[in-house]
Amino acid sequence: MIEFDWDALVRALPFLAQGMVLTLELTGLAMVGGIALGTVLAILRLSMPAPVPQIIAGYVNGLRAMPLILVIFWFYLLVPLFLGRPVGAFSSALIAFTMFEAAYYSEIIRAGIQGVPRGQLQAALASGMSYPQAMRYIVLPQAFRAMVPILLTQSIILFQDTSLVYVVGLRDFLTAANIVASRDQRPIEMYLFVAAVYLVLCASASFGVRILQRKSAR
Amino acid sequence: MNYNWNWGILFREPFLGFLISGVQTTLVLALTAWVLAFTLGSVLGVMRTLPNRGVSAVAAVYVEVFRGIPLLVWFFLWFFVVPELLPQTWGRWLKRDLPDPEFWTAVAALGLYTACRVAEQVRAGIQAIPRGQTMAAEASGMNRVQVYRYILLPLGYRRIVPVLTSEFMTIFKNSSLALTIGVMELTAQARQVESFTFQGFEAFTAATVLYVVITLTVTVIMRQVEQRTRIPGLLSAKGT
Repeated sequence: MIEFDWDALVRALPFLAQGMVLTLELTGLAMVGGIALGTVLAILRLSMPAPVPQIIAGYVNGLRAMPLILVIFWFYLLVPLFLGRPVGAFSSALIAFTMFEAAYYSEIIRAGIQGVPRGQLQAALASGMSYPQAMRYIVLPQAFRAMVPILLTQSIILFQDTSLVYVVGLRDFLTAANIVASRDQRPIEMYLFVAAVYLVLCASASFGVRILQRKSAR
Repeated sequence: MNYNWNWGILFREPFLGFLISGVQTTLVLALTAWVLAFTLGSVLGVMRTLPNRGVSAVAAVYVEVFRGIPLLVWFFLWFFVVPELLPQTWGRWLKRDLPDPEFWTAVAALGLYTACRVAEQVRAGIQAIPRGQTMAAEASGMNRVQVYRYILLPLGYRRIVPVLTSEFMTIFKNSSLALTIGVMELTAQARQVESFTFQGFEAFTAATVLYVVITLTVTVIMRQVEQRTRIPGLLSAKGT
């Protein structure tokens, strides 16, 4: 029988905590950026004349056809090339996640906007509001209220997906554990701990979303 | 932007061979894992609809645990942790005697993870069938196995073809995570071409195009399946 060495885990905790901070930062920033960009994409796709909706549809469907790892590699290659100077792995990963998640968020937001009854927009326009005002004050608030649970569920997926920054060597929670695992030869304790932390966080988050959903359904 | 274009590199050996073998590995890995995911997912989905609380709870816990842990962590768990926790002879067999251990670990990780997502869809498909169907089947003398075999499963699967299509596409994309444990699938091969030639732009474009082709092929095939299996009389069956 193998012997667990939990002391190695305790010693590694500060290092793992730093990794978790990076994971949360990346998740939070990519979530804010992704929802903002996703909202813009969704509105443009619904309101602009051709060829804007087609271009946005191409962007959204193209990104959704690609594996996230490949997208991370793409931006790791492209961002420095476009800016003409090297940027850190964090910036390129943040841009990759924002652009990638925006594609998924924009589909959720588009469905949300389309779920608002047409009469709401017509009434707003008839009462003298401009289109942006009608969106800002009438349509989007109603759409977002209905979308909150789905957006949060997508954000839990984003939280899990940030573990993929492992492939560009960014020290998130999982990569930190990976470094300790190979340094101390303690893979079992490290990976079981990482799995347990992710499970507790994600299970309680999705439990919270379910409660929220039940409340808003009433 | 300073960059020396060289698209010809993609069609030169050994790089063309790299990409072709990458596509093959991606296809074989994703399809094998899908067989596992679909079979296990169906069993778990059915378990969740059974009246027996214990059976249903086992499946619910499976789904919750697999969904709550990122897929990449699962790859590391199956690759680094599970062989150590098994009895020694099994662990040794996994690491030494099994041909291509990375590939089979990836199949297990990907298949068992996707099973929890298939299970949720199968459960939703079965639960969406009106109660009257089950009652009518039971009243006409069918036992529970027959009710599932002839009524619930055929109707349930036909309802969830569109969502299963998106899970099926996801498994091809998710198979790229296998590169972290050393499986040379498409993304890994594109990276290899990049590191040999420094033509990252061309290599990643090739990989992107190949993934899009795979995705489109799946979409076309599944649309056929969808059309042939749609249930007449439902709103989704428009245009018929």
